[in-house]
Parts: sequence; structure tokens; C-alpha cells
Amino acid sequence: MIEVNALAHVYDKGRRLKFPCWEIADMEQWLLLGASGSGKSTLLNIISGLLKPSQGGVLINGTDLYTLPAREQDRFRGRHIGIVFQRPHLIRSLNVLDNLELAAVMAGLPIDHERNLSLLTDLGIAELAENYPDELSQGQLQRVSVARALVNRPDLLIADEPTSSLDDENASQVIQMLTAQAKDNGAALIIATHDGRVKNHITKTYLL
Amino acid sequence: MNIFKISSKNLIRNKLTTVLNIILVAFGVGILSILFLASTQINNKLEKNAKDIDLVVGAKGSPLQLILSSVYHIDYPTGNIPAKDAYKLMHNPMVKRAVPLALGDNYNGYRIVGTDSTFSNLYGLSIQKGSFWHKDLEVTLGSTVAITSGLKIGDSFFGAHGLTGNGDVHKQHAYQVKGILKPQGNITDNLILTNIGSVYKMHEEKHAEGHSHSAAKEAKEINDKQITALLIQYKSPMSVILFPRMVNQSTNMQAASPAMESARLFSLIGVGIDTLQWFAIFIMGIAALSIFISLYNAMKERKYDLAIMRCLGASKSKLFFLVMFEGVLVTFIGACLGLLIGHAALELIGSYQESSQAKLTGLTAVPQEIYLILIGLVIGTLASLIPAMQIYKVDIAQTLSKDR
Repeated sequence: MIEVNALAHVYDKGRRLKFPCWEIADMEQWLLLGASGSGKSTLLNIISGLLKPSQGGVLINGTDLYTLPAREQDRFRGRHIGIVFQRPHLIRSLNVLDNLELAAVMAGLPIDHERNLSLLTDLGIAELAENYPDELSQGQLQRVSVARALVNRPDLLIADEPTSSLDDENASQVIQMLTAQAKDNGAALIIATHDGRVKNHITKTYLL
Repeated sequence: MNIFKISSKNLIRNKLTTVLNIILVAFGVGILSILFLASTQINNKLEKNAKDIDLVVGAKGSPLQLILSSVYHIDYPTGNIPAKDAYKLMHNPMVKRAVPLALGDNYNGYRIVGTDSTFSNLYGLSIQKGSFWHKDLEVTLGSTVAITSGLKIGDSFFGAHGLTGNGDVHKQHAYQVKGILKPQGNITDNLILTNIGSVYKMHEEKHAEGHSHSAAKEAKEINDKQITALLIQYKSPMSVILFPRMVNQSTNMQAASPAMESARLFSLIGVGIDTLQWFAIFIMGIAALSIFISLYNAMKERKYDLAIMRCLGASKSKLFFLVMFEGVLVTFIGACLGLLIGHAALELIGSYQESSQAKLTGLTAVPQEIYLILIGLVIGTLASLIPAMQIYKVDIAQTLSKDR
């Protein structure tokens, strides 16, 4: 489903990152491992269409992301890729349900109220639907951001250091939640981390 | 969930800033709308009341005072002119219509104007009830006078000496109401009309009290009768230059043109209006600056929001529109509120005004007010432009990997 070919990126300051070839099939779950500064985030940004690589390309379902016009890239990202950030990054002026609806609106898709509610139920935060982000705990915010990443039924779910600030118990819960939700929603999963605790849950690894 | 909802939710989240910006815009627009409305209304009144009057002839003095007293019925007359001289002018070949006015009395602050039928022709008056005055001491009331005084046809009342106040009442003769005029929307609504003879009668008697006049002396006095002013309409526009010069040089009277004097009056008030206008523009400028600064500062925090929206698939242009929309929404609400404030304030001013002749009202609108809303929208657009442009500069990946 996803092919990374001869990819390299050169930053303005002259730092050059090269990435080995990588192929991810439908619904596969991968760990992206590497020390800090090895280019994990850079690779994720390139795969999710946020950063244009200096060399090579990313094929998602046979589409080369960076040959699309800017507007199409945005739309493609919105519809096919769900991203869970290190921090939840919810819109503070909107409540949980509105934050989920925003994902559909921004991607130009119709709002599916039933699905949003069932996602929240699956993640065990259905009773928080009307709450604002400021009223939620860190763990709850993380769950909302997972739900938001899944709203548009993406083909690929990307999580960037989802466990870095969590204790063992919560980290394991989040990983389980991500793998289970990716499976249930038919999405491939990439978790980028330098956290050894995650290795126990996922076998396929891509090392930088 | 749409752009409107996202914007308004964000505005509500930053209540204080939003309210401050709305108030600033509202005040600027409010002041401008008051100026627009007031100057339009005053201009209309001045023009309407002086519509067919080309020239006013009266006693020497301030020409502005002469116009104010005999056309707008606001100020005191400059004095009297000999009726004999006035009648001579009335028969001048350049004059199409001449209306004599004899002022001096009032009833409850409404002026009693002694004149003849040419007055009703000049103003195009028509009767609502009853009839015009025919004999001495018969009066016809302007519509506003009839409503506020409660006088009806057949009622009688005493006039008081002077143009305001009820101090010195002429008890010898009572006026009798013969008719009521249709509302004209000009100064005649506030006047009590009678013939010149009635005004003479009022004042003669007073002088005659305690004196004994011979018949011959009385006859002479009638010849020495005086009137206050003469409203003149020319036969042809050619007379504009000749006639006033003739009056000013060859007679003991002065001629004043309502058009020129009201233009002069307006240029005097104009300084104040200009100052207020600049003040309002200044406030609008501050409003624009305030909206700019608050949007610009908010961008620091909103960068995350906007970066997330980009990740969720929003295009740059969509977010550009989102930020612009917020600024424009604030100025639009401010402009509408400002118009409301302007109208309400003017209505309030009007209700406190004593002189009924120049009453202002907030219940009418002028088409220029549309421009005020447009100006508001332009200001909102300008103020939001630079903050919104930053959408194009935000590095999403970098923004989101940094902590809030």
C-alpha cells in the first residue's frame, strides 16, 4: 500500500537524511525505531505529505503524493491518513464532538455523527463528547486525538511518540488501543518511537 | 460545523478582545452615522424651508440673523422696515412674488406670523380642516401647533408679546382659530398664521392705551406702519445680481440670500462636523489597529490550531479565509451595532431638543449608511490580511513537533 523509494531529505542547514526502502502492505502494523535525531519525524512528515522530500517519492495506493497539486495533497492527507501527535493538539474552542466533526469538515467529507459517537464509545470516552479539551486529562486527550485520527476511516494511521510522556501502564494501554483501533478500522499502523516498551506489542520494525 | 461556527466559537473563546474590537468599530461607525444623519437632516430642513425663497429683505443688521428669523423662525428679527418702502419693492418689475411678514408675538413658543395669501402660495399650503384666515384676529394653525396646543377650530387664545415666553400677554384681543393646515414637513407646521392687520391691532392698542389720538394722527400712523421682513421670489435668475445690490445701496433696508447665508452657516458648523469626522475616522483607525494586533497576537497560539487543521486536510486558502472571516465578522457586527447606536443616540438627542424647528430624528436612514458597513468590511479585511497571510508561512511539521 505504501512504498518509500530511495528517499532522501536535505535540510537547509546542510544535514542530509537518507531513508532505506520501505514497503507497507494493507493493515500491516509497523514500528519506526530510531534514536532522537535519526529522522523519524522527518520520515513521518514526508509520508504524511507535510514535508516535500529532496529526493525520491512516496507512493500511497499507487499515487505519488508529491506530484499532486498542493490542494489535492491536503485533501489526500485528510482522507487517507490519520495522525496522532505526541501532544493531543485539539482545538480548544471546540468541544470533543466538534473536534471530531472538524476532521471531516476539513477533509471535505460529510459528517457521520453515528460513527463519531461509536468511536468515542469504543475508546471509552463517550460521556466526554460535550466537554472542552481544557476539562480533560492528558490520557483522555490522547484518546480523543486517536478518535480524531480515525474519523475519516484512513488507510494509514500514524502515531508519533505516543507513549513518550506516559508511565508503563498507560503506555501499554495506548499501544493496545492503537493496534486494536487500527485493526478494527482496517488501517495500516506506523508507530514512531524510541521507547523500548513498545517493542513487545509489534513485531515488524523499520530501523533508522 | 462550518467555518462560521469555528470562527464564532473562537471569537467567543476570546470574549474580551472580541468585545473591545466590536465596541471600537461600533463607536467609530456610530459617530459617523450620527454626523451623516444630522447633517443630512439639517441640510434637508434648511433647503426645504428656503426652497422657493430667493431673497429676504429686512432691517439692516446681520444678514444671517435676518435669514434665521424670517425663513427658519429661529433667531430674533433684526428690526422692522417701513411698510411703505416694502410695498414699493413688492411692485418692482423684477419681483415675481413678495410675501410680507410681521413678527412679534408668540403663543406657547409658536410664532404668530402676520402675512397675506401670498404666503400660502409660496409654501404651497393647503387646509386640513376649516379655512384660511380672512379677517383680523382670525388664525390658521400649523399642524404641529394644533397637535401640541390642543387648539381646535372655533377656540380662541391670547398671544404673548415677544418670540418666546408667555410673559407679556396681549389681553385686549383674542385670536380665533379658523383652520388647521395639512402637515407640510417644513417650518409652517410650527407657525400660527394670521393677517398683518391683526399684528398691527395687537400693538396699536397697546400704544394707544392712555393716549388720545385724533383721527388724523391715526391715519398717519397707518401710513407709517412697519413690517418685519419681505420674502421675495424673482421673475428671472438674472435678478440675483441686480436686485440685492439695488436694495442694499438705494434703500435703508438690507437684502440677504437664504442660499448664501445657509451655506455660510454650514461652513461655520462645518468646522465642528469636520473635527468630529476626523475623530470618528481616528477611532476607526484604532479599531483596525486593535483588530490587527489581536489577530496577529492570536496567531501565535492559533498556529497550532491552524497546523492541525492543515493536517486534517484543510487547504491553505480555506484557513486564510477562516482568519479573514473572523476579522470581517467582528467589523461587520461592530458596524451594524454602530448604526444602531448612531440612530438611537440621534433619536435621544432629538427627544431632548427644545426647538421644534430643527428637531433631529434617528428613525430615518440615509443611503450613505450602506457605505459605513462597507467601510467596516474593508477595515476588517485590511486588518486581517497580514495575520491571515501567515497561514502561508506556517511550517506545519515544525509547529506541531514543538510544545505549546
